[in-house]
Amino acid sequence: MGKYLQVFRIGIQNTLVYRVNFLFRAAIALVPLTGTLYLWKSIYAGKAAGADVAGYALSQMISYYLLTTLVDAFTAVAEDDWQIAADIKDGHISQFLIRPINYLGYRFSLYLSGRSIYTVVALVPVSLFVFFLREHLVLPASPLAGAAFVLSVLMAGLLQFLIACTMALLAFWVLDVSTFIFIQFAFEYIASGHLFPIDILPRWAAQLLMLTPYPYLLYFPVGVYLGRIEGPDLWRGLTIQTAWVIGGFFLLRWVWSRGIKRYSAVGG
Amino acid sequence: MNDPMPPLQPAWRRYPALFAALWRNSITREMQFKTNFLLWILVEALWFALQLAFMSVVYGHTESIAGWNRWQVILLVGCSHFIQQVFTAFFLTNISDISEHIRTGRLDFMLLLPVNTRFLISFRKVDLGAFVNAASAVGVMVWALRNLHHTPSPLEIAAFLGLCVAGLIIHYSLMFLLSSAAFWIVRAQGVVWGYYNLFNIARIPEGAIPQGIYRRVFTFVLPMLLVSNVPAQTLLGTLHSPTHPFLLIGLSLACFAVSEWVWRLSLRRYSSASA
Repeated sequence: MGKYLQVFRIGIQNTLVYRVNFLFRAAIALVPLTGTLYLWKSIYAGKAAGADVAGYALSQMISYYLLTTLVDAFTAVAEDDWQIAADIKDGHISQFLIRPINYLGYRFSLYLSGRSIYTVVALVPVSLFVFFLREHLVLPASPLAGAAFVLSVLMAGLLQFLIACTMALLAFWVLDVSTFIFIQFAFEYIASGHLFPIDILPRWAAQLLMLTPYPYLLYFPVGVYLGRIEGPDLWRGLTIQTAWVIGGFFLLRWVWSRGIKRYSAVGG
Repeated sequence: MNDPMPPLQPAWRRYPALFAALWRNSITREMQFKTNFLLWILVEALWFALQLAFMSVVYGHTESIAGWNRWQVILLVGCSHFIQQVFTAFFLTNISDISEHIRTGRLDFMLLLPVNTRFLISFRKVDLGAFVNAASAVGVMVWALRNLHHTPSPLEIAAFLGLCVAGLIIHYSLMFLLSSAAFWIVRAQGVVWGYYNLFNIARIPEGAIPQGIYRRVFTFVLPMLLVSNVPAQTLLGTLHSPTHPFLLIGLSLACFAVSEWVWRLSLRRYSSASA
């Protein structure tokens, strides 16, 4: 365990170098988000007063986007997938194979350190932004919702890492994984609820998506927080999310063991 | 024995010939990785479909946004994608490469060539896949116009194309300007990435943005709200006043002038990276 803690510490120091970059990223991402919020405001303005969209009042819709921004800052992978793919392509993982350290554990420590720094840095512009829209920020629907939210955000982080890592390991088989990462990211962008809450889709589409791992990255934790997912739906969601984390873990281990057998240390 | 250098051809013959040579290089380069080439087209098409899907979902819950109906917005999204893809085809890779040219010292070599350096940097590579995606954007625009039962006049189409060029010049100049920052900060790629993020605003109906600082900045400083809204409105025949097209054209000239000024300033300050 000690060595992974050490990796985490080194990771913190290395990522601190990019703090300005992170700050810039977090701030610029708020510009299109503001645009989306204006778009929603004008949609609501065109409707009768008090009308809602699929059960979302304007204020709830804005809360939804604010919360996804927070969860995203806390969990999203930044450069991890590109770095893993590069490690494989350039043969850097050879040095991990001959050392008493697990490469995936090493990457996970780095992911945690990267997220810690990013969250702290992103907190500056994001909290300013939230402050301007503070009347739309609501407390968790109930203490239970709050606890379930924390749990599901932690699992969302694990899922983010597992998905990114598994995609990056495709580098064992193909020369350039960037297209695959972008295709995956496009699916994630819509199916995780980044673009809009899943439940404004037709019911069958939303229910179908809830079986995939994607909504559990953003939509599910946020829905739980807002109290839109409760009762049996909450428990079912947590079960599916847990199942995806466990399934994702074993999938990653399997892909890794297959990949490492193929690995021929190009340039290593 | 030194041969004297052959006299240079006049610029109007030299530059098209150079441009053609750069195109030939790009085609050869792209065709080396055919699968990758096709996959990138797929990636872009997927993102385009995503934007259209978002608007379709939204219009499942409303009739109009700031006076724009479903098909008008689809045309706007198509127009925005069209301009973005033509931009990607000609400039995106070239502009993102600038900071690499500086970091590796390749710029020194380019400065020595008997050609306008900005021309060479701007047109080095062509992204052919983006033309395919631009064509699909045109398809979507035609589809939207059909559903609106609106046939633009030849004059409107000509005006549309002219305004698209103005929008293209704005994107090109602003991004070139930002990447000239690479002369000051070595890792300017983040800046370019950030600007690319702003493209997203261009597909919002301009009327949806309330008066205020946000609207003013993205109309007059970084005119994202004009770049695709004005051409789209021209095609739809919903343009209310002639001020907006003139503003777009004026700003495109202004942006180009500023970027050229900063570029020259940066070059004067440049003292090579390596060696």
